Amino acid sequence: MVKKAAKSLKYVYLGLMIFFLYIPIIYLIVFSFNDFGTGRRVSYTNIGAWKGFTLDNYANIFTGEAGKALILTLEIAAVSSVLATVLGTAAAIGIYAMKKRSRNLILNVSQLPMVNPDLVTGITFMMLFAFVNGLLVRLGVNQIGDVPKLIIAHVTFSVPYVIFSVMPRLRQSSGLLYEAAMDLGCSPSKALWKVVIPDIMPGISSGFIMALTMSLDDFVVSYFVSDLRSVLSVYIYSSARGTRGVNPALATVIFIPLVTLLLVVNLRRLAKEREYEIQNKKVKLKDKGGNLK
Amino acid sequence: MKRKVLAYPYIVWMILFIVIPMFFILYYAVNVNGQFDLTKFWDTLKDGGKWTVLVESIDIALKTTAICLLLGYPIAYILSGMKKSVAGFISVLFFVPMWMNFVLRTYAWHAILEYVIPGVRGFLGLEGSVLMVLVYDFLPFMILPLYNTLSKLDKSLIEASRDLGANSVTTFLRVVLPLSVPGIVSGITMVFIPAITAFTVPVLIGNGKYHLYGNEIELAFKSLSGQGDFAVGSTLSIILLISVLVSTLIMNHFDKDQQTGGQMW
Repeated sequence: MVKKAAKSLKYVYLGLMIFFLYIPIIYLIVFSFNDFGTGRRVSYTNIGAWKGFTLDNYANIFTGEAGKALILTLEIAAVSSVLATVLGTAAAIGIYAMKKRSRNLILNVSQLPMVNPDLVTGITFMMLFAFVNGLLVRLGVNQIGDVPKLIIAHVTFSVPYVIFSVMPRLRQSSGLLYEAAMDLGCSPSKALWKVVIPDIMPGISSGFIMALTMSLDDFVVSYFVSDLRSVLSVYIYSSARGTRGVNPALATVIFIPLVTLLLVVNLRRLAKEREYEIQNKKVKLKDKGGNLK
Repeated sequence: MKRKVLAYPYIVWMILFIVIPMFFILYYAVNVNGQFDLTKFWDTLKDGGKWTVLVESIDIALKTTAICLLLGYPIAYILSGMKKSVAGFISVLFFVPMWMNFVLRTYAWHAILEYVIPGVRGFLGLEGSVLMVLVYDFLPFMILPLYNTLSKLDKSLIEASRDLGANSVTTFLRVVLPLSVPGIVSGITMVFIPAITAFTVPVLIGNGKYHLYGNEIELAFKSLSGQGDFAVGSTLSIILLISVLVSTLIMNHFDKDQQTGGQMW
């Protein structure tokens, strides 16, 4: 009895905590169907009074600045994560071939963006670009725009994650493979391309996913780096502070694909584990049958 | 071609965009309009108001971390005791909100506190409301490392402790808790440091009436008055970096102590 009560208490606690985490998400999804009125300048600030059901919020979700911000977010994420993956993978292979002292030095410096508070990373980039743009103005050359600034910043804070997810794969894989490939007549670059890269591919792809999510998720660094054009999270922040508020339909548009993706990945893993379990059981049954004979 | 060469582009990148930018904090702290000038630096250091805000921010970050630990530890503990497949599924539910834009979620809390449960807001007060939303934002970051540590914990140790006559409370206090210290330490650092620098939550929840240290830095850099405030912002950031460094050192020290202590068991 007591055990059963304790068990249900556990589930109640987990349920309450999950509810706590999802309150604002559910709230936004519910109010994404609220009628905020019509017109060119809809205000979403009155996000507490239910005025009736409508799908209008979804119709004008990507009109105007929100749409531009979303496209820019996706562009920056795609470009910066690809760049970070290439740069980071090459760096990991190179660093791995170095002597211990220089390797440790580089790896320690690479940890800086990971341990620094976002706020500090953001303002250091802001100051760097302000300084460089100041110089460029004096030289009479065009200043660095928001898009290159954002790409540079995003690449910088995501490269370390690529390096630190490729590095363990390199350690696991045998250095002999590379040597063997060269003994068999491969050029060093061909050996890298045909042998080493395929061997560390899982590390590269998980590094790429990390870089992608870091970029999509970033607010603080982008906020300090950009002046005029920026990513979706910065748009949300400035309109949340402004007089017009944020279209709650944005929450659904971000949330639904995310949940679907995570559930699909997880269900596939569950299915695999289940298959594995069943196979294990079959093997055990066979063993038992064998013993009986 | 030597493989080392492959790292050179990154090394250049690292020096340009990781090492050099860090020096800009020092440069701008003592540099006003292109000239060496320590007045702003000293003025900021002597500004008592800024220190009060720093103490307040550390206080609220400590509270956030403590509440996250108290709420998150049982969650991670329960999850780690479940069947692997079920736990994997439920833990995803806990981590999904992490991937959704936190500015948007904070904005939603503002609306909820304003319109749906104004009573709670009155009860918690401004600081309490900010604290609640901070806990909300950082709770998953506490659960994640705790869950990782607890789920890797060798279950036979718990059984051994029970076999040797310890009841479940003693087993928890003397076996599970000491072994989960690495998870606790990384959970604390993952919550405490971002909580000290959080500036969006006070802005959105406090309607601009509540300031934390992050807001001071944000205002120094993002105000319209231009470059002059870089000096103030840089000085404030130096103080922040030192506080973060000190707290990290304290945490690491604590972690090491526990590990050597653990070996004696």
